[in-house]
Amino acid sequence: MSIWEYANPMKFMQTSGWLLPWVTGMTLVCLIGGLFWGFFLTPDDYKQGSTVKIIYLHVPAAIMGTSAWFMMLVTSLIWLVRRHHVSALAAKAAAPIGLTFTVIGLVTGAIWGQPMWGTWWAWDPRLTAFLILGLFYLGYIALWAAVEDPDTAADLTSVLCVVGSVFAFLSRYAVLFWNQGLHQGASLSLDAEENVADVYAWPLWTCIAGFLLLFVLLVLLRTRTEIRARRIAALLARERRLA
Amino acid sequence: MRALFLRDLTLAVRAGGGFGLGLAFFLLVAVLVPLGVGPDQATLGRIAPGVLWVGALLACLLSLDRLFALDFEDGSLDLLATAPVPLEGVVAAKALAHWVVTGLPLVLAAPVLGLALNLAPAGYLWLVVSLAVGTPALSLIGAFGAALTVGLKRGGLLLYLLVLPMYVPTLIFGAEVVRRGAQGLEFGGALVFLGAISLGSLALLPFAAAAAIRVNLR
Amino acid sequence: MIPDLGKYAGAVLGAYGASILLLVGLVLASLWQARRMKRALDAVEARARARAGEATDV
Repeated sequence: MSIWEYANPMKFMQTSGWLLPWVTGMTLVCLIGGLFWGFFLTPDDYKQGSTVKIIYLHVPAAIMGTSAWFMMLVTSLIWLVRRHHVSALAAKAAAPIGLTFTVIGLVTGAIWGQPMWGTWWAWDPRLTAFLILGLFYLGYIALWAAVEDPDTAADLTSVLCVVGSVFAFLSRYAVLFWNQGLHQGASLSLDAEENVADVYAWPLWTCIAGFLLLFVLLVLLRTRTEIRARRIAALLARERRLA
Repeated sequence: MRALFLRDLTLAVRAGGGFGLGLAFFLLVAVLVPLGVGPDQATLGRIAPGVLWVGALLACLLSLDRLFALDFEDGSLDLLATAPVPLEGVVAAKALAHWVVTGLPLVLAAPVLGLALNLAPAGYLWLVVSLAVGTPALSLIGAFGAALTVGLKRGGLLLYLLVLPMYVPTLIFGAEVVRRGAQGLEFGGALVFLGAISLGSLALLPFAAAAAIRVNLR
Repeated sequence: MIPDLGKYAGAVLGAYGASILLLVGLVLASLWQARRMKRALDAVEARARARAGEATDV
C-alpha cells in the first residue's frame, strides 16, 4: 500500500470520493468553529483593540498561501520525474486556491494595517513578498490557460513552478533586505518572545487547521474536476477518430 | 557556439529593432519620469537609482519575445535543438547576444541618463557596476521566459507577466547597490547577492530554458 | 450579539466580509465547475457506451 497508488486516476477518484464528505465535515467544524470562537469569544487586545480579531483570517490565509505554492512545487517535481498526470492536475487545481488565500492575506493585511500603521498599504517586507507571490500565482495560472496541449502545459508550468520557487524564495529575502519592515515577528514560533497569548492562540490554531482542511477539500474537489476534464478530452478525441 | 552568437548579434543589429529599441526606451523613461514627477532635483536624485534600474529592466524586456520566436517560426530552432552544440549552449549564446545588444548599451548609456535624473556623484560608478553585474541576469531570466512562451501565438504579455516577478530580486539588489553607493553607505552585501543571482542564473537557467524549448518543439 | 468592536468595527467587519466573500466565491466556483464537468463526462460516457452497444448489436 503506497501513496503512488493514487497516481492512478481511477484510484484517486475512488478514494477522494469517499474522503470528501469527511473532509468537508472536518473543515466546517474547524473553520466555522475557529472563526466563531475567535470572533465572538476572545477579548480585545490592549494595543490593537478589536482589530486583533483579523488575525484569525490573516495568519491562516498567509500560511496557506505559501503552503499551497510549496505543494505545487512538490507535485510539479513529481510530474517532471514520474509523469503522474494526477500530480500535474493537482498542481493546476491548487493554484487558484493558493491565489485566493494570498489575496485574502493581502486584503486582510491591508485592512489591519490601516488602523495600526496609519496606511492602507505599507511596503512591509511580508506583505510585499506576498504581493510578489500573488504575481507568481497569476503567471502560473495564465500559462496553464495559454497552452493548448495539456501535457505541454503540464511540463511548462512545472518548470515555471520550480524556477519560480527559487526566485520567490530569493524575493522573500531581497524584500527583507530592502525594507526592515513594520510587521511584527512570528506570532506562533515556539520560543517565547513575540508569541501571541494563549487566549488567542487556541482559536488561531483552530482556524489554521480549518484553512488547511479547506485547502485539502478544494484540492481534492478541483483535481477530480481536472481528471474528469481530461477523460472527457480523451473520449472526445476517440469519438472524432471513430467518426 | 561562437557562430551562433555572432549570427544572433548580426541579426539583431541589422533588423534594427533589437539594437536601438532598448536604448531608446531607456532614454524615454529617463525623460518621462522627471516630466511626470516634477523637476525638483532633490526628489529626482532620491529616486534616480530605482528609476534607472526599472528603466533598464523594462528595456531588456522589449526584445525578449523575439529571442527564440523567429527561429521557432522558420524551423531553425528545430535544427539548433538537434545540432551538435547542446541546446543549453544555444540558450546561453542567445542570452549573451541579447545582453550585448540590450544590456551592454544600457550599462554604457546609464551615466548620461543619471545626469538627467540628478544622480548623486558617488552613484555613477556603482550605477555602471550594478548594471554590468545585474543585466546578464535579466537576459538569462528573459531567455527562460521566452523559452516557456515560444510556442504561443500571442505570448508577449504573458512573457512579461512571467518574467517580471522573477526580475524582482535583481531589481531590488541592483537598485540598492546604487542607492547605498550614492549615499556612501555599505553596499557590499547587495552587490554580492546581485552577482550571485547572475552567476546562479547562468548556471541553472540555460538548462531550464532548454528543457522548455524541447517541450515546445515536441 | 456582535461583540462591541469599538472604533475598529469597520475594519474588522470589512476584513471578515471580504474574506468570507472570497472564500465562498472560491468554494461555489469550484463546486459549480465540478458539477458541470461531472455532467459533461456522464453525457460523453453515455454516448460512448451507446456506440459500444450499437457496435455489438450485429
